[in-house]
Amino acid sequence: MHALTHTATATEPAVTRGETTKLGRAIVVTSGKGGVGKTTTTANLGTALAQRGARVALVDADIGLRNLDILLGLENRVQYHVLDVLDENASLDDALVADKHSDGLYLLAAAQSREKEEVDTEKMRALVASLRERFDYVIIDSPAGIEKGFKNAVAGAQEAIVVCTPEVSAVRDVDRVVGLLGNRFRPQLVINRVRPQLVKKGTMLSVEDVDAFLRLPLLGVIADEPQIIVTTNRGEPLALSRDGQTANAYHAIAARIAGEDVPAPRVEMPKPTLFERLFRGGRA
Amino acid sequence: MIEFLRRFLSAASPSASTAKERLRLVLMTDHLALGPEIVDAMKRDLVDVISRHVEVDREKIEVTFERQDRAIALLANIPILSVRRPEPPAPPAPPAVRPRRKRSRRRRTTASAAEPAAAT
Ligand SMILES: Nc1ncnc2c1ncn2[C@@H]1O[C@H](COP(=O)(O)OP(=O)(O)O)[C@@H](O)[C@H]1O
Ligand SMILES: [Mg+2]
Repeated sequence: MHALTHTATATEPAVTRGETTKLGRAIVVTSGKGGVGKTTTTANLGTALAQRGARVALVDADIGLRNLDILLGLENRVQYHVLDVLDENASLDDALVADKHSDGLYLLAAAQSREKEEVDTEKMRALVASLRERFDYVIIDSPAGIEKGFKNAVAGAQEAIVVCTPEVSAVRDVDRVVGLLGNRFRPQLVINRVRPQLVKKGTMLSVEDVDAFLRLPLLGVIADEPQIIVTTNRGEPLALSRDGQTANAYHAIAARIAGEDVPAPRVEMPKPTLFERLFRGGRA
Repeated sequence: MIEFLRRFLSAASPSASTAKERLRLVLMTDHLALGPEIVDAMKRDLVDVISRHVEVDREKIEVTFERQDRAIALLANIPILSVRRPEPPAPPAPPAVRPRRKRSRRRRTTASAAEPAAAT
């Protein structure tokens, strides 16, 4: 009886606070292996979520290898970075860089000339917690590996997106990372750089193959997209537009993250060319 | 000739199936390596069973996993200190005929395994 009244009084203020300032969701994007598309996914998912009207903070936790600013085209606007905030050399407001293209999207850049080992895990956790008070989503781009940098990136998150390519080594690393994450974080899978033609020929693992090994909720499937190199060169994430399969695949991921029941992810073969349509009788 | 055939076959089999097979084995090994408590439990159970028949050196037991062609093999190296002979000929009322026969066969195999261990 005593315990009951105690909990009742304890939850009361929490509920009312929850109504006024609802904490945002902190999601870490990780993979174990490098070069599989974590940063590309973070930039595009952040852009797609902001385009839906959400307030989004992207945190580049790849200390020493700053990349996210480049993908967003914000490299000239970065003045302070995560470690400046953690070391209290700059306020969060000073360090958060507003995106050029999407309202509501902000970047907290990584330190370029520092090392991952310098980051204090508890401070990182606290930083993410304070960002959650101000943003609907805090998306943390994790470095490769499973050491301290990974642990710091994961520290403040409640959810995880794991990015995998259809390769033996990438699947293995994701499997390891998911094992390390344990039961927390409810990891969801993004399979990146799928090449449908190769899958059809039997030279690339299919989405179903990867899925069968990892048995994670499938959040999205992204094709190997030649346009990505162009968008990275320009510093304009692909998800700024809604043209094309890949841009829409990022928007579908954002919708799913936001809780919409959008159709199961698929990667289509490229549309037949006009020539093929004319001569093989494909439907227009 | 066999080598040639093998090369021919592996070239013909689509690389995605090779990748799948490799992944299956790699993940199996990883998962075994990740669960030391499982390996420990297995070791314990193995020793308990074997100890019923022979006395083993619990400290020196090695359990390893080795990747063989299409599967993972469990290799247990269990040094045997002595064979437990003085087991009474009629154990307290064994329930049926079949289990008794099994047991005698098992004892024979452990006894022969004990010989090389005794030599070292
Ligand atoms: N879907 C894709 N299609 C084509 N190239 C991609 C795709 N995703 C990522 N890349 C490229 O792969 C490389 C590594 O991507 P990145 O996002 O930096 O990986 P990570 O952050 O995991 O190290 C970059 O050159 C990027 O442009
Ligand atoms: Mg990266």
